[in-house]
Amino acid sequence: MKFARLFDKSEWVGFAIIAAVLLIVFPAVIDIFRLNLVGKYLTYAFVAIGLVLCWGMGGILSLGQGIFFGLGGYCMAMFLKLEASTPENTSIQSTPGIPDFMDWNQLTELPWWWQPFNSLPFTLIAIIVVPSILAFIIGQAMFQRRVGGVYFAIITQAIAAILTILIVGQQGYTGGINGITDLRTLLGWDIRTDSAKYVLYFVNVLLLLIVIMLAQFVRISKFGRLLIAMREQEDRVRFSGYSVADFKVFIFCLAAAFSGIGGAMFTLQVGFMSPSFVGIVPSIEMVIFAAVGGRLSIFGAVIGALVVNFAKTTFSETFPELWLFAMGGMFIAVVMAFPNGLAGLYSSYIAPFFKKIGSKPKPATPMENVANSTPKAPAE
Amino acid sequence: MIGDYTIVEFSSILAMQGFAGLILFSVFVLMALGLAIIFGQMGVINMAHGEFMILGAYVTYFCSLFFESFLPSLYGVYFFVAMILAFFVSGTLGVIVEWALIRHLYKRPLDTLLATWGLSLILQQFYRSVFGAREVGVSLPEWLLGSVALTDIIEVPINGLFVMALTTAITLGVAFIMYKSIWGKKVRAVVQNRTMAGAVGINTKMVDRLTFGLGCGIAGVAGSAFTMIGSTGPTAGQLYIVDTFLVVVFGGAASLLGTIASAFTISQAQSTMEFFMSGSMAKVLTLLTVVGILMLRPQGLFTLKVRK
Amino acid sequence: MTDENSNNKSNITRRHMLAGMASIPAIAMMGGPLLASDFPTAEVNTTGLAVTDDKVTVGILHSVTGTMAISETGSVQAEKLAIEQINASGGVLGRQIEYIQEDGASDWPTFAEKAKKLLVQDKVASVMGCWTSASRKAVLPVFEQYNGMLYYPTFYEGLEQSPNVIYTGQEATQQIIAGIDWVTETKGAKKFFLLGSDYIWPRTSNKIARKHIEKLGHQVVGEEYYPLGHTQFNSVINKIKLKKPDVIYAIVVGGSNVAFYKQLKAAGIDMTKEKPVLLTISVTEDEILGIGGENINGAYACMKYFQSLDNPNNLEFVKAFKERWGDEIVIGDVTQAAYLGPWLWKMAVEKAGSFDVDKVRIASPGIEFDKAPEGYVKIHDNHHLWSKTRVGLAKTDGQYEMVYETAELVEPDPFPEGYQ
Repeated sequence: MKFARLFDKSEWVGFAIIAAVLLIVFPAVIDIFRLNLVGKYLTYAFVAIGLVLCWGMGGILSLGQGIFFGLGGYCMAMFLKLEASTPENTSIQSTPGIPDFMDWNQLTELPWWWQPFNSLPFTLIAIIVVPSILAFIIGQAMFQRRVGGVYFAIITQAIAAILTILIVGQQGYTGGINGITDLRTLLGWDIRTDSAKYVLYFVNVLLLLIVIMLAQFVRISKFGRLLIAMREQEDRVRFSGYSVADFKVFIFCLAAAFSGIGGAMFTLQVGFMSPSFVGIVPSIEMVIFAAVGGRLSIFGAVIGALVVNFAKTTFSETFPELWLFAMGGMFIAVVMAFPNGLAGLYSSYIAPFFKKIGSKPKPATPMENVANSTPKAPAE
Repeated sequence: MIGDYTIVEFSSILAMQGFAGLILFSVFVLMALGLAIIFGQMGVINMAHGEFMILGAYVTYFCSLFFESFLPSLYGVYFFVAMILAFFVSGTLGVIVEWALIRHLYKRPLDTLLATWGLSLILQQFYRSVFGAREVGVSLPEWLLGSVALTDIIEVPINGLFVMALTTAITLGVAFIMYKSIWGKKVRAVVQNRTMAGAVGINTKMVDRLTFGLGCGIAGVAGSAFTMIGSTGPTAGQLYIVDTFLVVVFGGAASLLGTIASAFTISQAQSTMEFFMSGSMAKVLTLLTVVGILMLRPQGLFTLKVRK
Repeated sequence: MTDENSNNKSNITRRHMLAGMASIPAIAMMGGPLLASDFPTAEVNTTGLAVTDDKVTVGILHSVTGTMAISETGSVQAEKLAIEQINASGGVLGRQIEYIQEDGASDWPTFAEKAKKLLVQDKVASVMGCWTSASRKAVLPVFEQYNGMLYYPTFYEGLEQSPNVIYTGQEATQQIIAGIDWVTETKGAKKFFLLGSDYIWPRTSNKIARKHIEKLGHQVVGEEYYPLGHTQFNSVINKIKLKKPDVIYAIVVGGSNVAFYKQLKAAGIDMTKEKPVLLTISVTEDEILGIGGENINGAYACMKYFQSLDNPNNLEFVKAFKERWGDEIVIGDVTQAAYLGPWLWKMAVEKAGSFDVDKVRIASPGIEFDKAPEGYVKIHDNHHLWSKTRVGLAKTDGQYEMVYETAELVEPDPFPEGYQ
């Protein structure tokens, strides 16, 4: 069966462990408050997986993944906000039936581009399609002209800045800096209750597992190998007759779509969306999730998102002032000492140890030439 | 627009707006110069650039306190001392950072980006822990305040003039170092062909280190100068990063002229648009234009052919 | 088990006690501290809050890291001071207040997360916290869902009235209307230039201001917004020069503030002269620290509190604040409002005779606090405070000199007509 070949034996073990921990262990041992936090962290894992594909494998570092995370989240939030703004709920407004922030800004009717978000199917499609389209436009423009490396990183960062200013500035249409808040129900189902949080957590995990499999499918396909080839020797791939730009655009769009799903799940679980997830700082933080987990490892991305956020929460509860030192130190350590992150540590130390003592498992995430793989920026 | 105003008023405003654009231009050049040198020389984007600037600003602050209490008679000139100190403090930190961090990462430009981002977080928290979370107010000598009135309407801010003069001086200084001095020759040789430069006996590592230090030092001076027009606090450096990077990238790597041309274009575009629309929209449009042009011309305005 | 039993048995006596309790606070305020033994824990805490026989836990939720730490540090200090003072005077219902401080890290979801932690895990009896509107909006659903009580200190845009929040700062109309009346009357202002950072508070405030200005028959000659963190204001300063307004109405916040005033001064707009008058609602003594007194000298600010207020309450408060946090420190409007939070909560608890959030909520409206540094304040039915509006003149030493105050307390009106 082809499906069985998606992972090799040890990867299946890894996948099963992750699935078991997320689906069984966590819900069993931690309370709903912490579980909801885990759910929130896992939404970042969607972004991190996207980054593994386009940065770790393809060598394209985007410092603007928050854009796509935010777009997905905003699409979801728009739908939920419309549902929360029934004429009955908003009867004190001068124009009942539109979101409260529009009313404060003297809008008297729903802008046309908000209209389609009354429909759930449209919203669900938009969550994936809107980020992908933007990624497609950016990618087409940049990769066709062979912009890469640092240039690409800076430009995506600038786009994140532009989008933030726009969202904050157009508060009549977007909710401004406060974002879209006070989201309550999804098709009449209250998303704020504990039981809803459980359900959303499981939906989130299942989606994540699907995304992991999708990413793995890309990774082991011929396309995945080409990506790595592009990262290492872009010109040779081009000379061999492949359209490097098209591949890059595709992987960038895929990463954007993953991020969009993450953003939508974030909105559902946290209950609001605000421009602070679109900007530069969250976008870079998402890169660090991927880097800590291991930029070449899909499982690593999930673990990285969990570990960094867990550390952040614990640290900031006990030593709020030290948190930034720790975070900064983590960036530097990951880059200097173990560029392949936790997954790299596992495969170079723990996995060989297992081998030595005679048990079977190979590295959970076999990585191409871990020792000397230094992802290079494509030459510009 | 002209309907509401007399010709004199309108032309005065045009003149002042042009001048505002020039000040913005100087500010951009000052911000970007240090980064451009580092980027041009080693392809490293220093995300902690803003924090190096703020270090310069803090040095200026302490300098002003020192002069106020111990050398009040010399208070009028403390600013020059502060700038020199800022250069050396930021520069020294730059050299240390290059030694500890950057030199290990030359082959991985994207990783330097992450590492320096980590550095910027650490520096921010360091400032907050040591100097306090609140902003500090840097007081200026009397002669730097106020403005020169040319006509009834046209008034030229003195600190704006000062920033312009400073920018000119530093740019000329950098141009001299880069194009006339022996050391500059070495720097350019390393940029153009690192291996050959090494082969003819240039200590490329030392060149890298000092270039990084020079870039950071200039950031320190910029930070020092910006105490005149902006705020000084632990996170103030972040206000500058996007603009700075765009100026450098837009100008194209390894080209001093490119940085200057790009700063000029962006500043003029922004200050003109600011006059006709709200500040937020002007900013969005400026950034969009820059991004748009970069997509059409990814190598920036000016490029230098180098052998990789 | 035993608790439940005794609860059932003492039902009648408890009702009796509750009835009698209404009179206790009045006595307590004049006389000595209350004794915890008069208020059995089982009775004053029926919803499982973190209240023991000798302690009660509250939360402090502000940013001590990130960009907002600049502003929120003062609030944290004020809240801690108030809590220490309350403890020294015998605590709340005879219980010492302990606090759990959480860092919102200038990040709104973190605020929501920490708020939830405080309410769900720590079971705090109330929370003093938040600063920006965005952080308040983020935590609001959490407080409503888990029925917590938030004391929010910042002046803000209004358009909100939650049963779970007591707003100890001013809503927009309290800060704006009286100030504009004052400037038109005493300075003969007719032309206004509105300016702000680009987000909800300045925009909403300017809308209220514009409406009021136009109602008075005067003119708004310009309205401009700049992104948060913007540092170049020369273009807008040119526009101001061109439009020659009588009043520059500025609501610039954060680091932009420093840049704006420094550049305004450098461009030769001398605020000490007759015109233009600069009137701001966003610069407190805290911000002047960064701006520098010499750069803002001559500007007017419309607030409810200035550090220089000359009344016995305030002199005592400033003295205590400096003793606790150092001589160099300045106290801005929001810091004072944050100081009110723990006191208002204490009074509501003692009026209710219970820590239960629902009872505290019912008890809150009508509470009067005459020891407030800003003078007498009172909680309105809409959970905002009645307070005076004051206009201060900025001096070179970084302090304001009060030049005007409303004769009466101004009624809070979070949903001014035409905005709901």
